[in-house]
Amino acid sequence: MPTRRSLFVLAATVALVAAGPVGAQDKSIVVASTTSTQDSGLFGHILPLFKAKTGITVKVVAQGTGQALNTARRGDADVVFVHAREAEEKFIAGGFGVKRYSVMYNDFIIIGPKDDPASIKGSRNVVFALKAIKAKGAPFISRGDNSGTHIAELKLWKDAGIDIKKEAGPWYKSIGQGMGATLNVAAASGAYAMSDRGTWISFKNKADLVIAVDGDKRLFNQYGVILVNPAKHPHVKKELGQQFIDWLISDEGQKAIADYKVNGEQLFWPQRE
Amino acid sequence: MPTGFSALQLVLTADPALIAIVRLSLIVSLSAVLLAALIGVPFGAFLALVRFPGREAVIVVLNALMGLPPVVVGLLIYLLLSRAGPLGSWGLLFTPQAMIVAQTVLCAPIMAALTRQTVEDLWTEYRDELNAMDVGPFGRIATLIWDGRFSLVTALLAGFGRAAAEVGAVLIVGGNIDGFTRVMTTAIALETSKGDLPLAIGLGLVLIGIVVAVNAAAWGLRRAGERFAG
Amino acid sequence: MSMRASVSDLPIVLEEVSFASGGVTILDHISLAFATRAPAVLIGPNGAGKTTLLRLLMGLIAPVRGRVTWGGREDVEPTHRAIVFQRPVMLRRSAAGNIRYALAAAGVPRGERADRADELCALVGLNGLGRRPARKLSGGEQQRLALARALAKEPQILLLDEPTASLDPAATKAIEDVIRSIAARGIKVVMSTHDLGEARRLAGEIVLMHRGRLIENGSADTFFADPRTEEARRFIRGELLV
Repeated sequence: MPTRRSLFVLAATVALVAAGPVGAQDKSIVVASTTSTQDSGLFGHILPLFKAKTGITVKVVAQGTGQALNTARRGDADVVFVHAREAEEKFIAGGFGVKRYSVMYNDFIIIGPKDDPASIKGSRNVVFALKAIKAKGAPFISRGDNSGTHIAELKLWKDAGIDIKKEAGPWYKSIGQGMGATLNVAAASGAYAMSDRGTWISFKNKADLVIAVDGDKRLFNQYGVILVNPAKHPHVKKELGQQFIDWLISDEGQKAIADYKVNGEQLFWPQRE
Repeated sequence: MPTGFSALQLVLTADPALIAIVRLSLIVSLSAVLLAALIGVPFGAFLALVRFPGREAVIVVLNALMGLPPVVVGLLIYLLLSRAGPLGSWGLLFTPQAMIVAQTVLCAPIMAALTRQTVEDLWTEYRDELNAMDVGPFGRIATLIWDGRFSLVTALLAGFGRAAAEVGAVLIVGGNIDGFTRVMTTAIALETSKGDLPLAIGLGLVLIGIVVAVNAAAWGLRRAGERFAG
Repeated sequence: MSMRASVSDLPIVLEEVSFASGGVTILDHISLAFATRAPAVLIGPNGAGKTTLLRLLMGLIAPVRGRVTWGGREDVEPTHRAIVFQRPVMLRRSAAGNIRYALAAAGVPRGERADRADELCALVGLNGLGRRPARKLSGGEQQRLALARALAKEPQILLLDEPTASLDPAATKAIEDVIRSIAARGIKVVMSTHDLGEARRLAGEIVLMHRGRLIENGSADTFFADPRTEEARRFIRGELLV
């Protein structure tokens, strides 16, 4: 019936319009990044500065590193901003990204219960610490989600000479979730876990967890930003995306990153190459 | 409990971030359920009144689709709307529009199945009389839908409740982007995982409040229906 | 409001009408004619086929064998006949709303419906109850409302299936009075009843059925005074026909 159909079209239009503008007209880009970067609150600090300067709105879709790179591969993002160097280089080698720029670094830490069952508190040697955790069978929560943090954790087990896939016991729990959820589980079960310092500092549910191990050079965590290759995905907003990258490695952007503090502590150190 | 108190503060002082999130949630879920009704009600009425081969199978499938897991719907719509997918050129992924689409897909089976049930029951009751009064096919559908309006609006409320409470679909197709696609459920998930509970609890209170209000409205409607129409 | 009193649809003639369903014969070679204007009353035990015959006359079901003609024609306009079922279903609206609905279905223009609904309400004795939700009316009131609905299309033939079956004596009297006034306006009433007394009170012609067959029919006076068949005699005496 004609009136029914036009009512449908009207309603659909109203709904879709009311929900917000879609399309290339607005100045915005989609950046696929990681949950740990978002959870740290860094974006809340630097993105308004970028927008004030350029008028570009940055929409951050926060996922695990593996998922973020996959999102970029599918062309669903304009820029990807993660911290897993090997995966990033593979991404570029596959022709999905234009060029990798180093932006900043933070470090990973091992957190654990105050009563320290593996006796590793205060150590500066992460390999020693991991060996001790396994030897004691002290509970350890792994992100298990193919994220940058998870990939780094797996590499450290390898550095400690442990094939964690084969040698994991009931003390090792892989939960397949983000940093915040992992810390929640660690806090609730009095377990060790590996976290990035940024998420740890702004995490509000620490219970009786403390930093057990930090300062080891192997816990260094570097972030890279890559423009998604417009040759592969022509719709990518390459000018706006490049503006974002240029700003991040500019003096202004680097200062903004360094200025970000939580509870008076700096979370990220600027480092461009 | 300190977090609970600050949660209440956020709600009572109408914190702007909270308001924006609630507003988006309502727009997305209300739009979805209305679109779902526009699709589902006519289809349900058709299914109730027209006999065709395979009708029973369609009814069974429709009832099963009511229990479609939201996260699966999210995945399917994501695959459809991703740039790498068939509808990628529409550029809808990670937008509120995508969230409306996903929730419409979730709610449409509910609207269709409940409409079919209502219309079929009412038709069984009214069939002789409507035949005796020589009511034509369009008149029949209009009468059945109008006389069944209380049940149909109850179905609408059920659909809205389902949409407002789900997190799987909107998270996957929306991306939980701050200020653009963050709704109550995805915000609660995010804030909880950050260990930042006051905002999560505040949103939870609002969400529960909405769910209770919706159920109260459904109950009130049933009573009004009984009182008015018998 | 006019009640057309033409004779164009009479006589109603059934020729060898049979109906079966699910392998069971429900009407068995019924041949009869309704020729007069007076109310015709179908009587007979349960399962005799009275309801089926009424539904067939209404056109809700088609005979398996035989045919029905109306004034010699096989086709009759749908608005010429109306039926009130034994348990009428009230639409989920007010009493007047139900009547207005029937008027709309009969093609009455929107502007005239309210007044006609009031007239029909008055005709069946439901004045003042127009606004009440129809489903909240008493059994007798609902039966009268169903009558008003049926009359909305200004039928020439009115079929009633046990109109007073579940009513108390006061409500029964009210309905019978309405039926008489309807018949007085020239509408052919064909109704069924369980109540022999009601048949005596209302009938101009009687049709006795049993197990789907026509046992006896004729003018009411003749039937009650001097029944021809043994079944009729036993039925009038009040015996169970098995």
